[in-house]
Amino acid sequence: MKRNAAAACWLSVLCAGLGQWYNRQYAKGLLFVLIHAAGIYFITNPLLPHLKGLMSLGDKGQHLEKVGKIFKNVPGDHSVFMMIYGVLAALVVLLFVFIYILNIRDAVVVGRRREQGAELRSLNSNVFPWTLLAIPFLGVLFFTIMPILFTSLIAFTNYASPNHIPPKNLVDWVGFATFNKLFNMNVWSNTFFGVLSWTIIWAIMATVTCYFGGILVALLINQKGIRLKGFWRMLFIVPYAIPQFVSLLIMKNILNEKFGPINQYFRAFGLEGLPWLNDPFWAKVSVIVVNMWIGIPVTMVLVMGILTTIPRDLYEAAEVDGASGWMQFRNITLPYVLFATAPILITQFVGNINNFNVIFLLTGGNPATMKYNNAGETDLLVTWLYKLTLDFNQYNIAAAVSILIFLFIAVFAIILFRRTRSFKEEDMIQ
Amino acid sequence: MKPRLLFSYLLLVLIGIAALYPALWTLLSSFRVGNSLFSDHFIPTQWTLNHYRDLFRVRADRAIPYTTWYLNTLKVATASMILGTLIQLLTAYAFSRFRFKGRKPMLMLVLILGMFPGFLSIMATFIILNTLDLLDSIWALVLVYASGAALGMFVAKGFFDTIPRSLEEAARIDGAGHMKIFVSIILPLSRPIITYISLTTFAGAWVDFIFARAILRTPEHWTLAVGLWNLVDSYNSTEFTLFAAGCVLVAIPITLLFMYTQRFLVDGLTAGASKG
Repeated sequence: MKRNAAAACWLSVLCAGLGQWYNRQYAKGLLFVLIHAAGIYFITNPLLPHLKGLMSLGDKGQHLEKVGKIFKNVPGDHSVFMMIYGVLAALVVLLFVFIYILNIRDAVVVGRRREQGAELRSLNSNVFPWTLLAIPFLGVLFFTIMPILFTSLIAFTNYASPNHIPPKNLVDWVGFATFNKLFNMNVWSNTFFGVLSWTIIWAIMATVTCYFGGILVALLINQKGIRLKGFWRMLFIVPYAIPQFVSLLIMKNILNEKFGPINQYFRAFGLEGLPWLNDPFWAKVSVIVVNMWIGIPVTMVLVMGILTTIPRDLYEAAEVDGASGWMQFRNITLPYVLFATAPILITQFVGNINNFNVIFLLTGGNPATMKYNNAGETDLLVTWLYKLTLDFNQYNIAAAVSILIFLFIAVFAIILFRRTRSFKEEDMIQ
Repeated sequence: MKPRLLFSYLLLVLIGIAALYPALWTLLSSFRVGNSLFSDHFIPTQWTLNHYRDLFRVRADRAIPYTTWYLNTLKVATASMILGTLIQLLTAYAFSRFRFKGRKPMLMLVLILGMFPGFLSIMATFIILNTLDLLDSIWALVLVYASGAALGMFVAKGFFDTIPRSLEEAARIDGAGHMKIFVSIILPLSRPIITYISLTTFAGAWVDFIFARAILRTPEHWTLAVGLWNLVDSYNSTEFTLFAAGCVLVAIPITLLFMYTQRFLVDGLTAGASKG
C-alpha cells in the first residue's frame, strides 16, 4: 500500500519542496526549497518591520533635536514611504503564502499520480503561458492593482495639506472620518453633492445627445437618393480624427468671449455675443455642445456599420407586403439600430461620467464659484479629484472620491460583464 | 429634386461646415500675419509661414521649447508603442492559446480592471511615483502607459481566437516549440492586428494629457499635449497664431494615422462592449 500523497503533503507542509523531493522531482523541489528559505529570510528580516510600519505609519515626524548646542532638523518617519513599502511587503508575503499553498497542492497531486502509477507530466505545458504573462502581470500589479489598493488605503488616512504632508508631518489612520467629512461636513458635502449632481446631469445629457445625434446623422446619410455617402461619412469623421486635446483647446479659443470668432459673428449681426465659457449656465451648454461635436461621429460610424448588417430580405419582404418607406424605417431600421446599439449606451454613459478631457481642457472646471471647495461650476468628479490631487494636495478626499466612482462604475461593469458573451462562449469558435 | 432630399442635403452641408470649421479656422489662422486671436477675416489677407518657423526657433523672451516637446512626444509614443504592443500581444496570445491553471480568474480580472479607466487611481500613481522620485521623467510615463497595455488585450485575443489551431498542431508534430510557433506562424498571420494595436497605442500616447500633465513637471520634459495646454493657459490669446501652427503640426500625423486605421474603427469601438 503506497501512501505517497499523504507523505508528500506533510513533507511539503513542513518545508516547501520536501514533498517534491520525495516525489523525485528534484529540480522543482530545489526551487521550492529555495523559495521557502528566501521567504523565511525576507519575512523575518525586512518585511516584518515594513508591515509594522504599515500599521503605525510612523511615530515621529521631522523634528528638531538638540545636536551639541544647536537644534537641528532631523528627518523622522515618512508615513507615505512606510505605507508604500508596507503594501509591497504585504503583497510579497501574500505571494509567498500563495507559492506555499501551491507547493502543497502540487505535492499532493503528484503523490496521488504516483499512487496510481501514472506517468509524471512535464512542467512545460503549464509554465510557458505564465512566462508570457510574467511581465504584463508585473506591470498590471504595480501600475493598476497597487494604485487601486493604495487609493483605498489613503481614503482612510488624513493625508492632506496643510497639516499632514510628509516628510514634515506624519499621516495617521483615521477610519471613516474622510467619508464622514465628504458626506456630512458642509464645506465638503456641498461641493461633493453639487459636483455629483452635475456629473450625473452631464453624463445623461452628453450620452443622449451624442447617441441620438449620431443615429440621426447616420440615417440622414443613409437615406435613399443621397449621393456621395462615403464622402459625407469621411467629412463628418474629421472631428473624431483630430486629437481631442488639440480640438478642445481650439474650441476654447473659438468660444473666447472677447476675441473668439463665434462672438465676432454674433456681433456682426448686431448681437451681444454670449459668455460661452464664463457664465455657469452657458458654460454647461458649451461643454455639452462641444461634446456633441466630438461624440456624434463615433455613434455615426457605429450606426452606419450596423445599417449595413440589416438583412436585405427584410426590406424586400416589406416591399412585397406594400410597406411604405416610412413604415419600413419605423418597423425595421429603427428597432434594429436601437437594439444593436443599446449596450453602447451603457459604455458611453460610463465613459461620460469619466469624460475628463472635454471638461478639463475646455473649461478647466470653471467658472469658479464660492459655493464649492476647490471646484468650479462645470467640474466633474474626475476633474475635481484631479485638481484635489495635483493642485490642492487633498489626497485623502481625492481617494475617497475615487473609491466612490469605482463603486459607481462597478455597478455598470457588472451589467456589461453579464452581457459579454464573448467571455462565456469563447471556446465555441474552434 | 424632392423637398425631403433638398432639406437633407442642406442639413448635410450645415453639419459638414460645423465639422470642418474649427480645423479649417485653425489651419488658416496659422498662416495669418500677426499673433492675435482676433481677426476680421476668415481667410487671411496676408499669408505667412513665419509662425511655423518661429515654433522651432529658440527665443529668450518666452519658454516655448516646441522642438523638445515634439521630440519628447515622439520618444514617449514610440517607446510605449513598442513595449505596449509587445505586452498586449503576449498577454492576448497566452490567454487565447493556452488553457492553464488560473486562466479563468485572470481573464476575469483583466476584464474587470479594464472597465475602470486607469486615471481613476491617478492619485495613487502620482503619490507612488512622487515618493519613489520618479516624477518628471518621460520614462515613468512610458512605464505607466506600457504597463496598462495588457488590459486592452481583448481585441487581439479575439483575433488570435480565429486563427485555426490545426496550423499549430501541424507545426508541433513537425517538432516546433512554443516560441517557434509564436514567432513563425502566429506573428506573420497577425500583421493586421499588430498594425492596429501599434497605431492605436502610438496615438494614445501621443494625445494623452491626463497622465502627462500629472507626471511631467518641468517645461523641458513636457509632451506636446501639456505644452500646448500651458501655451493656451499662460499666453492666453496673445500668441494665438503660434499656438495654431503648433496644433496643426501635432494633429497632422495623428489625423493621417486615423484615416489609415479607420477601417478597424468599428471593431475597436465595439470590442469591449458587445462583442459576440
